[in-house]
Amino acid sequence: MTDVQAILEKVTTKYGKQRSALMPALQAIVKEKNYLSDEDIVAVAKTFDLSTAEVYGTATFYTFLDTVPRGKYVIRVCKTISCHMSGKDEIIEALQNTLKIKVGETTVDKKFSLLTANCMGWCHKGPVMLVNDDVYPELTPQKAIEIIQSYQQK
Amino acid sequence: MSNYMVNLKINNIPVSVPEGTTILDAAKKLNFRIPTLCYHEDLSVAGNCRVCVVEQVGARLLQAACAVPVSEGMEILTNSTKVRQARKHIIELLLSEHRADCTECYKNGNCELQDLAHEYGVNQHLFIDLARKRNYTIDRSSPSIIKDDSRCIRCQRCVRTCDELQGVSALAVAYKGDHQKISTFFEHPMFEVVCTNCGQCINRCPTGALIEKTYIEEVWDALNDPNKHVVVQTAPAVRIGLGEVLGYDPGERVTGKMVTALKLLGFDSVLDTDFTADLTIMEEGTELLTRLKKALVDKEPVALPMMTSCSPGWIKFQEHLFPNLLDNLSTCKSPQQMFGALAKTYYAQKRGIDPKNIVSVSIMPCTAKKFEANRPEMRASGYQDVDYVLTTRELGLMIKQAGIDFMKLPDSPYDSIMGESTGAGVIFGATGGVMEAALRTAYEIVTGREVPFRNLNITPVRGFEGIREATVKIEGCLPEWSFLEGVELKVAVAHGLANAKKLMQAVSDGTVSYHFIEVMACPGGCLGGGGQPIPTNLEIRSKRAEAIYAEDESMPLRKSHENPEVHMIYQEFLGKPLSHKSHDLLHTHYKARKRY
Amino acid sequence: MENKLKKVDLIFCKTCQDDIEVVRKALQRNPDEIINEIIDSGLKGRGGAGFPTGLKWKFARAQQSDIKYVVCNADEGEPGTFKDREILDVVLTTVLAGMAIFAYCIGAKEGYIYLRAEYNFMLNKLNATVEEFNKKLKDLGLSFEIQIRSGAGAYVCGEESALFESIEGKRGEPRNKPPFPTVVGLFGKPTVINNVETFVYTAMINHLGAARFKELGTQDSRGSKVFSISGDTPKAGIYELELGMTVEDFVKEFGDGDTKAVQVGGASGHCVPRKKFENTIIGFEGIPTGGSMMLFNSSRSMYNVLKDYLEFFTEESCGQCTPCRVGCQQLLKGIEAVKRGERPASYLEELKKLAQSMRIAAKCGLGQSVANPFISIVDNFKEEIIY
Repeated sequence: MTDVQAILEKVTTKYGKQRSALMPALQAIVKEKNYLSDEDIVAVAKTFDLSTAEVYGTATFYTFLDTVPRGKYVIRVCKTISCHMSGKDEIIEALQNTLKIKVGETTVDKKFSLLTANCMGWCHKGPVMLVNDDVYPELTPQKAIEIIQSYQQK
Repeated sequence: MSNYMVNLKINNIPVSVPEGTTILDAAKKLNFRIPTLCYHEDLSVAGNCRVCVVEQVGARLLQAACAVPVSEGMEILTNSTKVRQARKHIIELLLSEHRADCTECYKNGNCELQDLAHEYGVNQHLFIDLARKRNYTIDRSSPSIIKDDSRCIRCQRCVRTCDELQGVSALAVAYKGDHQKISTFFEHPMFEVVCTNCGQCINRCPTGALIEKTYIEEVWDALNDPNKHVVVQTAPAVRIGLGEVLGYDPGERVTGKMVTALKLLGFDSVLDTDFTADLTIMEEGTELLTRLKKALVDKEPVALPMMTSCSPGWIKFQEHLFPNLLDNLSTCKSPQQMFGALAKTYYAQKRGIDPKNIVSVSIMPCTAKKFEANRPEMRASGYQDVDYVLTTRELGLMIKQAGIDFMKLPDSPYDSIMGESTGAGVIFGATGGVMEAALRTAYEIVTGREVPFRNLNITPVRGFEGIREATVKIEGCLPEWSFLEGVELKVAVAHGLANAKKLMQAVSDGTVSYHFIEVMACPGGCLGGGGQPIPTNLEIRSKRAEAIYAEDESMPLRKSHENPEVHMIYQEFLGKPLSHKSHDLLHTHYKARKRY
Repeated sequence: MENKLKKVDLIFCKTCQDDIEVVRKALQRNPDEIINEIIDSGLKGRGGAGFPTGLKWKFARAQQSDIKYVVCNADEGEPGTFKDREILDVVLTTVLAGMAIFAYCIGAKEGYIYLRAEYNFMLNKLNATVEEFNKKLKDLGLSFEIQIRSGAGAYVCGEESALFESIEGKRGEPRNKPPFPTVVGLFGKPTVINNVETFVYTAMINHLGAARFKELGTQDSRGSKVFSISGDTPKAGIYELELGMTVEDFVKEFGDGDTKAVQVGGASGHCVPRKKFENTIIGFEGIPTGGSMMLFNSSRSMYNVLKDYLEFFTEESCGQCTPCRVGCQQLLKGIEAVKRGERPASYLEELKKLAQSMRIAAKCGLGQSVANPFISIVDNFKEEIIY
């Protein structure tokens, strides 16, 4: 059994095989594998008896369901107004310099992807970023770098 | 629909309609046309283009007329200042993300967006041109369909068609916001995905975002090449559809004018796919009886129900979705491909022409036929059996290009050989037609008598219901067919691949049992094919069906086995149905393709 | 003039720690009585649209159906809004109590909380609380089970019918209305969907009575509301305030002394310039809000603010309807073109007309409300947009 099938089995045991289990299935795969590959979507389509285009169309609607390869740690820096006002540009620049990648790219060791995202609900404590599910508000460039360094050591 | 009547006013005119009626339909009743784009009678309501918005007096928001049901006391204005402004904006917005170089567009003159732009006198350049700045793709990978994202207005009719009518969903809506687009799986080329090439998306695309791949120039080149002998075959449904492209109302039979036009275009021989439709009945009918004999007498394992194989969209569908049932498909090639194989063998011999100098063209109501002609196994003659497939629409365009005043043309008969046909061949163009033609012949072969239906019209297999079934009891068999005595032949007919999918699921699950199943990929059968004139709807398809059956009744011969040219080809060339030569030229095989 | 701004402590108060007890008491009352009390309280939805909560419940109760759903909208995505996260973090059981009481009123057996993916870091904790609460409800004899579903990064899923689509495993595209959710909602069944905060207030009203709630606020805007305050303010954070204050009152308390504009209601809300502070009431008689208040001082370019908002909407539109999908792009490209001098200043008037069309012709609230920031910023800060 491939990993993806193990993931799907777990999800369908809990949520069933109806369409309403699709989101949990896609989310579970992304959580484990960081993104949805061509083969993953085929596996999902088979499981739920949907067309692959339909699953692809659903996945691509959602920003967090990536369909391009991502690193182990996906960094999403909030780019919306309050974080813009409180200095997200400096955070992004610090991260780009530290990781030696641009926004949208993944490090060669496939450890980090650097992305931006829309409002994350920390407008009073910006700038903010997510590293996978973990949230880091009230960033300074220095703090952001330290956080990434702590992941580098993981 | 409810019996309860709702009273409302539209543009100050009172009207009473059943509860549940949409504003759009209520307005239609008063002869007010509200413009639409994403709405299509064959599909579910989306309400996303918003071009049909109307004003409800007292309401803050405009209402999408296609989606909102009427309510008691409602007052609707379909053409108020507010409505006109919003509608104009919507059309202007659509134009701004649409590559509107209409003169270069295949759909120029038959484009719903163009019509609306004209009606509303929009300012095409009011907004910033987004289309040209976008990274759009034009997918020409398929031999049947071109998908041009730069002309797409995201009405999603194609997506709903592929899902609701065809059960395939090769196309889906992907991404959101400004990146939203109509996409295949992972944006793979159309040629590589589960697309059946049926072209139903083309029939419902309001713009030029989905069109057939045209081979008009190639055909002109062949016609103008003095060294080539260009033969053309015309499918049954073309003769009842072509008129719509050339000024007639739906349902006009233009067989004779079409033949004249083809001759004027310069085809060396104008022949009829109906001839090989009759031939198909001989082969397929015999194949069915052979399978039944194997099952009933020899007790051999044999794939039943047998399924028809004329519709190439259906074949590819089956290869993708139900590879477990490929043995059930008749091994008969489609009439187009039988014709192609014979044109470069039998016809070439009889006419004394070197097959390498023959260019074989077919006029089809179909886009999947373009793919079919390109299948590697379709080279039984040693050449590509059918060189170019044109749709009904492409033929219409060629006739226009040639400056032929179609409506004034006299009738001409088909050329010979391979131009003779019967009414049974004609009805291949309607859903249930192959079944009816097969029953007319098979019953008579087995019993020596005509099918027990008045005037040979087997009405239970006719009509537009998605899946139909019928039982024909076989009685009074000729001695050699006595094993069929008393057998109740159970048949089913499906049209539209979504219906086929239901039927195939039931066959796979073993919840139904039939002897013979006819499937046509397109709603209504070939008369509603993906290469037929646009627009299409139930009313238009019904008129075309009436024309098909009228054509059948007008034919002196109405049973395939009575076609004299069919007799002749067996005598002179093929021997008998399912002969070795038949197998080489007229039968084929299928391959499983990936479902996901 | 007296500052009418009044801080309140209802939502996060500790007087009703035992939320299960609140549910237990409610179960002893007649559902109609509970609903009538909510109607009487004048509570309006706290998500921003402000539909009377009690009426919504009444409609859902009137529907004949074996299956009904209660859905809690925790897809808080409006830029400038972050109060629901805090509420879920601090008083989740009160939210659950509100859902349970409501389920009892309409006869729903299943409830969903749709949590935005950005809040997944809370998921384990929330799941544990929900599980425990479900058990307690079972012990009370109420057949109602709540589960949490995560979003995956799509602002539009905060629109109720888009949220249903998402739970059903589809693209989060808003549906046509009618039918409304109370008739055809989640999985095609009658559904009541309320914002996180609304559920808390319904539990509070049940616990403290409508009278306590009605003491606060104004005729049109009863009660208090939780505000998310950010931007140029020394006091950024979450505050529960009585409804009915003016922007002037608000700025006096929260401004940094140099406030030139307040965006009320998040990116999809209205921008109030200094000259209108005094006469603008925060509430349903003035500017209704989901609770986002963003302050801008004179160092900010309102062009940048508007551009940020439009970029947000351009990306977050579901993309299905023309006015929103293309309209957002045109507004954004339009102000950029004016800024660069590629289009004349008068083009802003064309864009305002377009925004008006979007307001009345877009399919859902997202596309309809883009006109709010656009027109209010362009009208009040035209020079900043042009030069």
